[in-house]
Amino acid sequence: MKLVVAMIQPYKLEDVKKALFDAKITKMTVSTALGCGQQAGYTEEYRGAITEINLLKKVRIEVAVNDEFVQPTIDAIIKAARSGNIGDGKIFVTNLEECIRIRTGEKGKDAIG
Amino acid sequence: MIKRYFKILSLILVFLFIMVPLFGQEDPIAATNAAIKNLSVGLDTAWVMIAAFLVFFMNLGFAMVESGLCRSKNAVNILTKNFIVFAISSISFWIIGWGFMFGDGNPIIGLTNIFFVNGGKDVGYSSIGWTQVPIWAKFFFQLVFAGTAATIVSGAVAERIKFHSFIIFSFVLVGIMYPITGHWIWGGGWLASIGFFDFAGSTVVHSVGGWAALAGVIFLGPRIGKYKANGSVNPIMGHNMALVTLGGLVLWFGWFGFNPGSTMAVGDGSAIAHIAVTTNTAAACAIISATIISWIVLGKPDLSMIINGALAGLVAITAPCAFVGVGSAAIIGLIAGVLVVFAVLFFDKMKLDDPVGALSVHLVNGVFGTLAVGLFAQDKITGTATGNGLFFGGGFNLLGVQALGVLAVGAFTFGIAFLVWLVIKSIFGLRVPKQEEIRGLDIGEHGAQAYSGFQIID
Repeated sequence: MKLVVAMIQPYKLEDVKKALFDAKITKMTVSTALGCGQQAGYTEEYRGAITEINLLKKVRIEVAVNDEFVQPTIDAIIKAARSGNIGDGKIFVTNLEECIRIRTGEKGKDAIG
Repeated sequence: MIKRYFKILSLILVFLFIMVPLFGQEDPIAATNAAIKNLSVGLDTAWVMIAAFLVFFMNLGFAMVESGLCRSKNAVNILTKNFIVFAISSISFWIIGWGFMFGDGNPIIGLTNIFFVNGGKDVGYSSIGWTQVPIWAKFFFQLVFAGTAATIVSGAVAERIKFHSFIIFSFVLVGIMYPITGHWIWGGGWLASIGFFDFAGSTVVHSVGGWAALAGVIFLGPRIGKYKANGSVNPIMGHNMALVTLGGLVLWFGWFGFNPGSTMAVGDGSAIAHIAVTTNTAAACAIISATIISWIVLGKPDLSMIINGALAGLVAITAPCAFVGVGSAAIIGLIAGVLVVFAVLFFDKMKLDDPVGALSVHLVNGVFGTLAVGLFAQDKITGTATGNGLFFGGGFNLLGVQALGVLAVGAFTFGIAFLVWLVIKSIFGLRVPKQEEIRGLDIGEHGAQAYSGFQIID
């Protein structure tokens, strides 16, 4: 079991969701995030004072998958989220120790489903 | 003998002494009439100014509706546009707009004392001489209407237009385009003389704003992400429906200045009361019909459709509010609420991306409301001799004139707006760069955020 975590551009969320659904990956958690990579951020002005904002709005998608779904998940996210510009985001894949479905108490592969 | 003369002389003197003050005064009846006249002008002015202030308040309504229906990343931009647009309107209508609209001239355009409202001297504006309020009251009341027309454009072109390009267009719209068609209808121009009726501006204000917006929407193209690769519509949700609701109710409230205030006189008060009720009835019926239609067609009673329904009913009753009965107003409202729902779906299908539904509300229902005068008018219902509409035995005469006016104003405004957008596009550009549109115009155009510190997806 792996946990796939992707940081993407907010406006790509709809496309990524659709690409994941098309690849039969229907379970995910989405949250808003602030972050930056190589992209330098931007300046913001408020009452004439300029502040450097280097954290940009991003969307974080977390998908817990069984091993055979890792590559399809990564492919789907890349296909939908890539624009070729700086700031498209990153995907992190980590091992997942355990997964338990609260409603039934199922564990592991069955719990991910 | 001398004593007797002295006696007569003194009697005459006493008589004169008593009479002098009477001769010095005016005739008491004339004095009373002058006081009544004064009071009547004062009452009319107070009413016109209060109505104008209500219409001014509609700026807030537009700002809330438009910002709520856009995404949070563009909220600062649309609020800034709504704020500055009335400033632009105030200046351009003062410099030249008023003169083009109400100056005596030919049937096409005003030519007399066109600059700066003639410094406040009420000379050469005979077409608006029917109201007895002072010149600056007339000006201010007309100004807030002109500002409304410019605000309509801001919603339709939202989320992608360059800030300065919008400002330049607003200046031209209120300074030149709006006053010319306004002159045709309210300034004693050719449409007024062939018997075209638009009481408070379904055509003069709303459809003019709508035609100008339509040209802008065609030039700009849809927002990134509005259409999927296969051409189907990808709904872009507004970010705050509470703001939209606030704005919708503020606009409804402001309309009680827009329509009843267009009497520009109190009279015996009956016209104001009549218009307030026709206005409200149309809004209420449009809300109900928009609710039912969106429920049937879209599956759920959609709040954005319901609020746009209210606005549609208000726009549609704006031209006929003083010329139709309350029952007719109800029917006009019911039709407006149906029209707006299908118009939103239609414009989406035609790839005309209008983030707030301004075209469906102001253009479609501005046209419908103007035609409704030709259908539902009842002669002299509040004193204006309109003749009867089609449904009240007046035949097609009035309807034909109304239709001609709709076509003429539409062709002129759309044509000129098209040229103005073209010129602005070739000199300044219209649309922000793709990268800026994706990140939001708040940061790109203003370097600021509406909800700093909050995390909202888009």
